[in-house]
Amino acid sequence: MKQQSLENLTRGIIRENPIFVMMLGMCPTLGVTTSAINGVGMGTATLFTLILSNFMISLVKNIIPETVRIPCYIVIIASFVTIIDLLMQAYLPELHLALGIYIPLIVVNCIILGRAEAFASKNSVLQSIYDGIGMGCGFLLALTLLGSLRELLGNGTLFGWDLFGEHITPMLIFIMPPGAFLALAAIILTVNKLRRNRQ
Amino acid sequence: MISYFTIFIGAVFVNNIILTQFLGICPFMGVSKRISTALGMGMAVMFVMTLSTLITHILYYSYLKPNGLDFMMTVSFILVIASTVQMVEIIVKKTSPILYQALGIFLPLITTNCAVLGIAIITIQKNYTLMASLWYAFSSAVGFTLATVIFAGIRERMALNQIPQSLQGTPIALITAGLISMAFMGFAGIIH
Amino acid sequence: MIKNKKTKKVSSSLINMGLALLITCTLSALSLGWVEELTADSIKKNSYLKELAAISSVVNEFNNNPYEEKMTITTPNKRHKLDLFPIRKDGVINSFAIKTYSNNGFGGRIEMIVGFYIDGAIKSFAITQHKETPGLGSKINDDKFKQQFNGYNPQKGIFKVRQDGGDIDAVTGATISSRAVIKAIQRAVDAFNNFYQTGVKDETTES
Repeated sequence: MKQQSLENLTRGIIRENPIFVMMLGMCPTLGVTTSAINGVGMGTATLFTLILSNFMISLVKNIIPETVRIPCYIVIIASFVTIIDLLMQAYLPELHLALGIYIPLIVVNCIILGRAEAFASKNSVLQSIYDGIGMGCGFLLALTLLGSLRELLGNGTLFGWDLFGEHITPMLIFIMPPGAFLALAAIILTVNKLRRNRQ
Repeated sequence: MISYFTIFIGAVFVNNIILTQFLGICPFMGVSKRISTALGMGMAVMFVMTLSTLITHILYYSYLKPNGLDFMMTVSFILVIASTVQMVEIIVKKTSPILYQALGIFLPLITTNCAVLGIAIITIQKNYTLMASLWYAFSSAVGFTLATVIFAGIRERMALNQIPQSLQGTPIALITAGLISMAFMGFAGIIH
Repeated sequence: MIKNKKTKKVSSSLINMGLALLITCTLSALSLGWVEELTADSIKKNSYLKELAAISSVVNEFNNNPYEEKMTITTPNKRHKLDLFPIRKDGVINSFAIKTYSNNGFGGRIEMIVGFYIDGAIKSFAITQHKETPGLGSKINDDKFKQQFNGYNPQKGIFKVRQDGGDIDAVTGATISSRAVIKAIQRAVDAFNNFYQTGVKDETTES
């Protein structure tokens, strides 16, 4: 059992990383990673949502009839997202403004519904929580990495710390939409290469 | 009053829903390997997006807002969208098997599509009237179709090329999307 | 294994489906309503805390609550309604802030708060919202561009960018953004003069 727990906990971080390996949840990934801190903020919000929704759905998996499970899951996920949205509005207004419309869009993040369907609806509560933590951390890691890369190349800063000073002009394209595509492509390219080399 | 022409040009070119706002990336990446499927997806999105925006708009202004239930927006909207898509799928399946053949498979994909929920919320945030909202939703869907079809066209050609192994699949697709996005950036500043 | 798991689940009869949906939605609505009530006050406070911070950064020291005396003024053609905040220290007005905007930014709407001295000169301004190009138009919020406005009186000079024959140096490569900033400030000046001369406030909007 312990082996299984560890497995569920760590699977999502590297080996089955939702973004770099499974290619799910792209919309917020490309949209909010204009800076490292935004990536962290969004990743954390999604992490919490994932843990809560996995927990709840695993809890009620035997009570909800098969045919209505998708609408029920969606309502559960949407409720948690709204709660997190309200809490952010109240206590983290700057972050809320930065993440903007992507907060409600956590609801339709394929990762959350995907894990609910694939894992939480079929496993125990504790394991589901572990899975949520693992996948959520993987997502957080991916967003932070992408956000840091884009901020570094596009703004010359990292988490707000100016690294290059006035003299080096950053490549602004990385903060803008095309840069998101290109930066993510670069990271996945590197990941693919690393995975191939390992085999 | 914002002109409808401006909304259209804005939604299709300047603030393209996929290339600038990043809504609807999942289907964009997944369905766009052939032009025919891309078109089919686009049509389905046009229909669902406009219909959903219609219903959610009415729901918001006639019920949610007057009763101070703004915070229920996300939950109710996604429920509306999911139910609408489900109903549409059932109706299309029963009434026109041909149409179902063309569009049917895409419909479930559209439910969890950030695009539909995103546009519905944006029209509320922008305080558009009902007609403007519908037009904006339709224009955004046109933009979606345009981007997806262009993308599919390029990918169809790329399928015939030799691509380095690490670049195959997602990376080259993302790079292509990035270049298209860069091209579309040229439209910025058209609207004044 | 799979068979065992399935028999544990509740059957999909109509009643069960309806009940499951009903209970889920009810619980959702209740919990959301509760959280909403908990957070409502904080959210309301936050929305004007940010604005208050912007106001504070562009006016003289004060100890009144600008929101208590907030007025809505309009431009002479009545098309634009702006918020005016009188700033007092110990009861005496020493400056005022006007929340203004322009839709002619390169990326669209630019919103800002301008602080004016009593004689109509600009103390400073703070851009609260914009969609200008990062690294280009966004420089309108940089000190380099803003400094030339400090102490400048729009009514005593040619309040335009140099390219249009005026006194203001535009941000390099971002003339449109710079023009929009000037337009927004001019709007504030016009509205204030209109109010000052006619004494007419706009009473139609609810504060």
